[in-house]
Amino acid sequence: MKNRQEVILAGSGGQGLIMAGILLAETGMNEGKNVVQTQSYGIASRGGFSSSEVIISDDEIIFQHVEDPDVIVVLSQEAMQIYDGFDTTIIYDSDLVTPGKGNNRFGAPFTKAAFELGNPASINIIFLGCLLQLKPVVDPAKFAAVVDKKFKSNRNNEKALQKGVELGNMLKEAMAKC
Amino acid sequence: MDRTPRLVQGNQAIAAAAIYAGARFFAGYPITPSSEIAEECSKKLPKVGGMYMQMEDEIASVGAMVGAALTGSKAFTATSGPGFSLMQENIGMATIGEVPCVIINVQRSGPSTGLATKPSQSDLMQIKWGRHGDQAIIALAPASVAECFALTVKAFNLAEKFRTPVILAADEIVAHMRENFIEPLPGELEVIDRKKPSGPPAQYRPFEPSEDMVSPLAAYGSEYVFHITSSMCGPEGYSNNDPANATWKIKQLHEKIAMHRDEIVETKTFDADEAQLDILLIAFGGTTRVARAAALKLRQEGVKAGVLQLVTVWPFADLEVLKYGSKAKTVVIPEMNYSGQIADEVKRVLGPAADIRRVNKYNGEVITPQDILQVVKQSN
Repeated sequence: MKNRQEVILAGSGGQGLIMAGILLAETGMNEGKNVVQTQSYGIASRGGFSSSEVIISDDEIIFQHVEDPDVIVVLSQEAMQIYDGFDTTIIYDSDLVTPGKGNNRFGAPFTKAAFELGNPASINIIFLGCLLQLKPVVDPAKFAAVVDKKFKSNRNNEKALQKGVELGNMLKEAMAKC
Repeated sequence: MDRTPRLVQGNQAIAAAAIYAGARFFAGYPITPSSEIAEECSKKLPKVGGMYMQMEDEIASVGAMVGAALTGSKAFTATSGPGFSLMQENIGMATIGEVPCVIINVQRSGPSTGLATKPSQSDLMQIKWGRHGDQAIIALAPASVAECFALTVKAFNLAEKFRTPVILAADEIVAHMRENFIEPLPGELEVIDRKKPSGPPAQYRPFEPSEDMVSPLAAYGSEYVFHITSSMCGPEGYSNNDPANATWKIKQLHEKIAMHRDEIVETKTFDADEAQLDILLIAFGGTTRVARAAALKLRQEGVKAGVLQLVTVWPFADLEVLKYGSKAKTVVIPEMNYSGQIADEVKRVLGPAADIRRVNKYNGEVITPQDILQVVKQSN
């Protein structure tokens, strides 16, 4: 694996994007790497474009923002429009987003899955579980340990992570066919 | 002691560093993007015997901070945008009263409410001149979570040592960024406490002229009874309208900073030690990072590029800017404001003949390495 991973998580306020970035960054840090997590959001606590970026690297991270993303998670149409031109893997929420015409676009029903688990706020754990199946930017087992510790072994998160892994495996098959 | 890194936000590092430096009083009014400082203080200060006071506004916040500082406590506040504007009058009171205190200004985009959640570096001149009247101020600008910690400790040290308000000129970039960080152990960083009087209380004068221009400061509530006023005052602390006294006082307020400039002014350099440079980037705060990234890209293309980081923004690093600036063919200054507030200072130091180029962004978006490279290449 190359020594630098760059991830963008983009959607709208209230989807847990910043917390998702923190969880990825903490996992990277626990692997002994340097990490930087940044975010951009508007004045509303719900809605409006919001994003969270994570860089994980063996080297010092100088510029704090992602310039060459390895993967982008897209959870709103507005975010899709912003990142559609990027030639990289994009994982999108098929409940909320119509993808552009680029290659490497993989959709899964994150919002529906979160509602089915009875906890819409678990969407970030679901899409991260999925992302790590497709692009293990951090060790999925170490990520599970971070989630477990952060949320004090909340069973709902375990289920959400499991769901994310399932969706990830589904997308992996789709990816293999590409 | 736990030496494993933690994922820490700039604002959290600032709050932790204040406590490390001995601060035990915070009065403030939360405002984005500085709110996490108040949040952290409300949780952590009571646990170390300190006090968190949620104020009705930023005017009162500085008033409470000044009062607390005069009781002997290390006191601070944190704000952003319009909150910093409201604080100006009482910061002036802290300046003339020579009250040690620290004001964290996490700069955001303005004017007024502006882009409340977006970064900016447009308060530099307000930090310097926001109060009416003659004065000198100290301001430090962190570029990372580690510097948020280190410079907050330094801000308290300078405030205590020189009996003056010190402003931590952070920006949304560093304040909201999270990085892996190992907090220094107690004793690892120097912590300075203010000079206290030792003579008989009856003879104490709070503004007694002294060689280093800084008089000992007693604490309200102690056996030393003294008066601090926002009016022009004499050595004993009472109102004094004598022109000779005003001349002494205003000069002293400036000279206590100027005569200690070597202790106050901190700069860092990156790849700037060659005898000649093609490009010198001068940067501060969050944009130091993009300047360094751009310099590295230029180096890869064979351009001799280096960076001078202004860790201390005020007083301005004239000597260092002259030293590094005069050996560069072109000086490039990226800053997140419209006109180039620091670029104007660089121009003052290097003169009108110097090739100075500005990279300004003021729309809430950060400056990218590409933005800098474009300006560098246009010019050649």
